[in-house]
Parts: sequence; structure tokens; C-alpha cells
Amino acid sequence: MNANSNLRPLYRRPLLTTPFFERSQYFVETDTYVPWAGYSTPDVFSSVEQEYFAIRNSAAVFDLTPMVKYRITGADAERYLNRLITRDVGKLRVNRVAYTVWCNEAGHVIDDGTVFRFGKDEFHLCTAERQLDWFLDSAIGYEVDIREVTEDIAALALQGPTSCAILKAIGLAGVENLKMFEMGHFRIGELPLMVSRTGFTGDLGYELWIAPEGAVPLWDLLMEAGRTRGIRPIGYQALDMARIEAGFILPNVDFISAAQTVRLNRETTPFELGLDWLVALDKGHFNGRRAIVEEKARGSRRRLMAIEIAGKKPAHGSLLYDDEKNWRQVGEIKSALWSPTCKRNIALAMIDAPHFSTLKEFWVDIYLHRELMWERRMERAWPVERPFFAPDRRKATPAPDR
Amino acid sequence: MSRRYDHVVVGGGHNGLVCAITLARKGRSVLVLEAADAVGGACVTREFAPGFRVSPAAHLLDVMPADLLDELGLERHGLRFAARALPTCALGGAGGPVVFAAGTVRGVGEADVRAYAQFTGQMARFCAVVRHLVDMVPLRLSLATWSERLAALRVAWKFRALGKREMRELLRIGGMNAYDLLTENFDSDVLKGAIAFDATLGAEYAARSPGTVMTLLLRLAGRLRSGALGMAQPAGGMGAVTQAMAASARAAGVEIRTGARVKRIRVEDDRAAGVLLESGEVIAAASVISNADPRTTFLRLLGPEFLDTDFVRRIDHFRARGLVAKVHLALERLPAFTGVDAAALGGRLLVAPSLDYLELAFNPSKYRQVPAEPALEITVPSVNEPGLAPAGKHVMSINVMFVPYDLGADAAGARRQLLDNVLATLERHAPGLTACVSASELLTPSDLEREFGMSGGHWHHGALTFDQFFFTRPVPGAAQYATPIPGLFLCGAGSHPGGGVMGLAGRNAARTILSGAR
Repeated sequence: MNANSNLRPLYRRPLLTTPFFERSQYFVETDTYVPWAGYSTPDVFSSVEQEYFAIRNSAAVFDLTPMVKYRITGADAERYLNRLITRDVGKLRVNRVAYTVWCNEAGHVIDDGTVFRFGKDEFHLCTAERQLDWFLDSAIGYEVDIREVTEDIAALALQGPTSCAILKAIGLAGVENLKMFEMGHFRIGELPLMVSRTGFTGDLGYELWIAPEGAVPLWDLLMEAGRTRGIRPIGYQALDMARIEAGFILPNVDFISAAQTVRLNRETTPFELGLDWLVALDKGHFNGRRAIVEEKARGSRRRLMAIEIAGKKPAHGSLLYDDEKNWRQVGEIKSALWSPTCKRNIALAMIDAPHFSTLKEFWVDIYLHRELMWERRMERAWPVERPFFAPDRRKATPAPDR
Repeated sequence: MSRRYDHVVVGGGHNGLVCAITLARKGRSVLVLEAADAVGGACVTREFAPGFRVSPAAHLLDVMPADLLDELGLERHGLRFAARALPTCALGGAGGPVVFAAGTVRGVGEADVRAYAQFTGQMARFCAVVRHLVDMVPLRLSLATWSERLAALRVAWKFRALGKREMRELLRIGGMNAYDLLTENFDSDVLKGAIAFDATLGAEYAARSPGTVMTLLLRLAGRLRSGALGMAQPAGGMGAVTQAMAASARAAGVEIRTGARVKRIRVEDDRAAGVLLESGEVIAAASVISNADPRTTFLRLLGPEFLDTDFVRRIDHFRARGLVAKVHLALERLPAFTGVDAAALGGRLLVAPSLDYLELAFNPSKYRQVPAEPALEITVPSVNEPGLAPAGKHVMSINVMFVPYDLGADAAGARRQLLDNVLATLERHAPGLTACVSASELLTPSDLEREFGMSGGHWHHGALTFDQFFFTRPVPGAAQYATPIPGLFLCGAGSHPGGGVMGLAGRNAARTILSGAR
């Protein structure tokens, strides 16, 4: 099926490759692959910096085929999803996409993902983790069909200021008129291509969805049209930088799925993750609603906040203290980055109650490993607005060419 | 829309009625809605052939606590007994039947008589602890309130009072199976078979399955609580019990409507607000109490959209696979069982002559088949109350173990086979009986489900096993009669302490509601 599978016998291929591998493998200079949901995916193609700047300055291509996709259809599909997720699916129009989370009965987040509405009774739900069992158990009493379609769809993110120009150049007429979170339907030759104006970079960008046999032609078209527009395949690391700037959270980094925690109190709620805006308490019952209502009345135990830290050294894995001398721990850093675009030292930090609402300043211990010597620095930190970076082009409609 | 009630009870079975009476006596306005034309649920009397009346589900009253019977004033409201303290007669022994009466056993060897006395004494002491658990509203593991902590201490104290030796013994046998326990204690196959029968009647398993000592203890605890009444046959059949309850309920101010089938439990602002009847009528109430089984209550009457996936999954996993069928026979004359005297014939006859017999009767049920030689609990209620059958004729009511809910592809064939097997078994113990059968009726678990609305046709609305007992009955999150939906309560056999015509689930539910549960 692809180059990789021809080279190695099955027992040497514990991880799958995506339909784009046939092309993308020739762009990988570092040979750094990481496993993602059962697929082998490039961590870095050439250099993280170049890839990051492709996102912010030109166009970046990221293969998101391993993203787990479910197709949900049936007369009760809307009712089913409304009970499953925290957002109000009734308000999601056809050809629109919504970011959401879903919870268990304790109001703890199981996963986050995006819902795509293809029709009155037809949806796709993209998730980080596989959870067919949860979705099927949630379907008890509903007339709904749920199937995993991850392998049936090749998906590619095209993100960056020139992304719209590239799509126009490959013949997607009118793609510039897609609004944020809107889906458009096009064709590549005979094959339908769905384009959604979505992404994980906080920049102007699109996600392209096509049948696996269309993956290579799509890749070739994009690379050809993008040649003069700075297109570059990117790996996981560059995307991670962009998503922190955009203030997006990542499962297993900023939170752990409640389905996977072992230790007490490691679960997180939508409110704790600062995702209040995703929770439609007025839509009727949904999984976890009663616990969330209770949490709202009682107050959250902690809250994920955007903070800025003095200095330039990213505060990976650092703890937060209430002042420089007392060393009373009030939280910890989940994701940290020196933002090349903002020129700020930024982080997402989980801060305990009541400090997230009372403290205006924190202290962070940053450990630096320099030529095999550890150094510790205490730096001042303070809460800031999230997202850290939100360019106008992200939302502008029609989308700009650069 | 009519008036708004404090409580509307969905289902007028005995637990629903007990709950309604208890609430109404505290001044609450209560409406009981029963889908059938008469109250009673699975505790009723009806005709199955012209002139022949039976109690089609429960056919003896043996586990209703004497204090509850008094409390409800059932005898004041017309309940009479055709017979009390009925003996049990186990058939099939080489030396004739083994008879259990007045706490002793006859028809077995000297050693077994002594062992039986010792065994029943010990069981009675254990039952003092078990009974305490049976009576109470299940504790929550969190023991969040002082009253719960106090209740836990009381249980611990009861347990402690057994003394070290007996505490150890109760812990040892608590999780055991009846087969091993009985084999330790007795020699007589018939004796062992009879006790094992009681351990497994209405359960999901046979004597060699784990947890069958627990089910035995639960039954014995229930029987001990019935006091002097013992195993009793109400005059007019089991329906007389619920009719007396209905009279008691009306006297307490409860309104009862029959022929009123509830279609949905209505929810407003995330709170049970009343019910919608099949007729389209809406009845408003401050709270809804369901006497229906958990699956019916949550998945059919309420609907999963008001519940979390985790909870629905637990309800979906709540096991309710009935294994007892019922056979009714219209007899032209009084049957004669080999070696059984007139006094014993009015009691309870068991066909479970050995532990192996029970196991062999159980095995086919695992494969959706009917037993070749079924284990039977036989009563001839017309012996004690001739009016149940036309003059000179008799009626027989038989619990048949172990009959699966799902009879496979050829259900009709399996039913015919089952009835033949029951008659053949009877014929062995009462030669000539089949010749005088003029009419018969077979109710398999799926028939019981249809007639009484019990999921799986299970007597107890769900298996009584360790994993579905006390604070896990029916499931965590609904084990203290309150449910995840504020204003919706359970009061049926699917709740602690389970079924049998006991009424404690109904009383506990009412007490929980009266104590201010949401």
C-alpha cells in the first residue's frame, strides 16, 4: 500500500503509516518519528524553527490522519450528541464545526475534540483518544449508528498566512469565503474534498479531508501550488509551539482523560480547564451536568490559566509558588514556551483555588540544564489573557492571501 | 391538569402500596398508579381456568415481617389466612418424604436431626445480623452523615455480638456456596436438596454457585421475621394481601387508580415533576416513586437523556434474568403424593431430592434449554381453601426451576417440552396425577415479564447476589432509593433488600423520602 509497508515485514511494522507517507517520507530529514494513535508520525521534518515559522509566516502542512474520527448518524444523532458533549449541538448548523469536550458523570473531562455537522442527522466527531466503547455505551436507548472512520479519511492541516492563497491556486473557488469553523465541499478530480476552516495553530488555516486514495494527488497539488508561497511540511513539535501560543490545550499534557487517571484528584473539569464557554448548562441534561452545576455553585478546585513569566527560559514542568521566600506551592506549569512571535515567555499553568482568583503574581522555579550542569532560577510570573497570539487574519473573511 | 400530588407512585405492587401507606400516614398526598385492572403487581390472585383461581406469581407469604404486617394493619383491613405455619415436605427420598415443621425435621437419621437443630440455631444467630442489614437503608461507603456512621456502628456491634467463633464462621460461609455448606453439615440427600432449593429459589444460580449461602441467609432471615405466621397462605390467595394493603392505603388517604399505565416520567428543570399516562393525561407531583424495576424505570419510563452514560451503563449491566417458571394445574380430584399425609399436602412440597438433582436441573438453563427433570415447589392451595376451585376439585400451583428467559429458537417446542417434563416429574411422585389434569397454564420468565412488567421476568427485579446487594442494589447512585434525578425514587424489589413479598423496600423508600431526601 505504501513504501514503508513494502520495505518491512508485518511484524516489524507495529505502527501504521498514513496515506501521505508515500510523499511525506521524502521530506523527513531528521528521521525522528513519534507514535501517535497507532501511527508513526514525524516529530520534526527538518528543523523545528523553520517549521514553526512556516506556520506563522507562510504555510505549513501537517498530517492529522491519525486523529481519531467517528461517524455518527441516525434519527437520534443530535439528541445523542447533546447528551454526550457539553456544547449545544442544536445550535450547530449544517456545515459548521464546533470544538467541545465531553465528561463522565463526575463532570470530569474524558476528552476534547471537534464535531462536524454534515447534515441534520449526520456528524463526525474527531477525538484524541479512541473511545468507541464509551460512545456505544452512551448510545444505549438512542437510535444512532456510530462507527470509527479514522482509516477511511486522509486529513491534512494547511495552516498559515498563505494557506488560503494555496487553496485558491489548486482550484478551490470561493474557499476564501469560508468563515471560521465553516465547512466547504470541493472536488479534486473525481474525489470529494471537504475543507474546514479549522486548525490547531490559532492562525489562518484549513483542514482538508479526503478519501485515502486522494491523499497523494492532494499532497502533490499543494506542494506545487505552495512552492512560491513558502509551503513546508511540519512535525508535531512545531505544531505544539503554535498551539501553546493559541492557548489550545492538549490531552495528556494539560489534562489527563478521566478514563485514564489512576490517582485521586488527577481528573479535571471543563471549568478547571477554563472551558466554561463550552458548557451549555441551559440545553438540558448532558453527561456530567449535575456535577458541573454543583461545581459551579461550590467553586472549582483549580484553574488552568495563561501566565507570562519574566526572562526567556521556558518553564517546562515548573512549580508555581505564592512568593519568592515562602515556597508555598500554588500550582504547576503544564505547557511552556518562549514564544518567537510574541517575544514573550508564556505558559499554561494549573493553579489551585483560591490562588487563581486572588494572586496577581506568582514565582516560578525554572531549571536549566546547561552543559551538564543544573541551574535554578526563580522568576516572577503573572496572569495574562488567553490566547497569547490571535492575529486578525485568523478570522478575517474573506481570508487574506498572505 | 388535575391536582398536584406530593407523591405519585408508579406501580401498585406491594412495595408501592407499602410506600404509599407509610407516606400518607405522615400527611403526604399520594396517588398510586397501577397499569393493570387491579392493584397487586406480582402479588395477586386470578383465574386461569373457569372456576380455578391461583396466585400467578408469588404463591405463599413467608418473608413479610410480622411488625410490618401489624404496622400496615392488614388484618384490620380484611386479610385472613387460610393456613399459617405451613410445613415443607421434601419428596423423593428412599425412606419416604422429609418433613420440616415447627423448626424440626422428620424422616432423616438421628445425626441429621441433631445437625439440623444445630444448623438452624446457628443460622438464626447469623440472621440476627443479616436481618439488621436487610432492614436498614443501605449505607453509603462514604458514611457521610452521623446517622450513617451510627448505623454502621450498630451493624458492627450486632456482628461483634456473635462472638469470635461465630463471627469467623459467618465470614467463612458468607461467600460460600450452599452445596459445600450443606455437604459439611448433613448426610441426607433429600434434606440437603430441600435446603439448597430454598437457597436458590428465585435466584439466578444453583447450589454450587458462589453466593448461594447469602441467598439462603436472606431467605431464612425473612422467614424468621414473619414470626408465628411462618409460611402462610392468605385466604383468597396472594391478591388478598395487596387488596388489604389497598384498603389500608385508602384508609390512610392514598388515592389509587387502576388501569392507569404510565408512559413517561416527566422531568422539568432537572427534577421529576410527575408522569404522563398512556392516555395522554399528565399528572403533576412533587416527586415520583417508581415501583417498577430499575431497567424499566430508568431506560423506558425516564429515558437515558436524563441520565449520565456511566449510570445507564450500570443499569444496563444490572442482571435480571428470571429462572423460575410457574405452572398451574386444574385437578379433577385431590392428588395423592406417595407417602405424603393430608396435613403435609396443605403445605409446601418440594421436588429437589438431592444437590446433584438441582445441579442437573440447572445446567440446561445455561444453554437456553429446559430441564429434563425440573426442581419443583408445589402447593395445592385448594386443600386449605376449597373455594379456590370448583367443589370437589383442586388447583395446584408450582414454581419450576430452572427455566431460562430465553428459550432459544423453538420457544413453543421448549414450552411444550417443559410442561411435559413437569407433568412427568409430578407423575413420578404422585402416580395418576396427570390423568386428572383438566387444564394447565405455563408462565415462563418471559411470560412473567409480559404479565407483570418485570424485566427479565425476575421475581426480585434483578438477581440478589453480592454484587447487587445493599449499597450496590440496584446500582451505585441509586442504592439509597434516591436516584440521580432529584425527585425520583425507587421503591421496588430492585432496591435493597430485594423481593419476595416482603415490603421492606417500599417502607425504606418512604422513610428515606420522609427523612428529607431530594
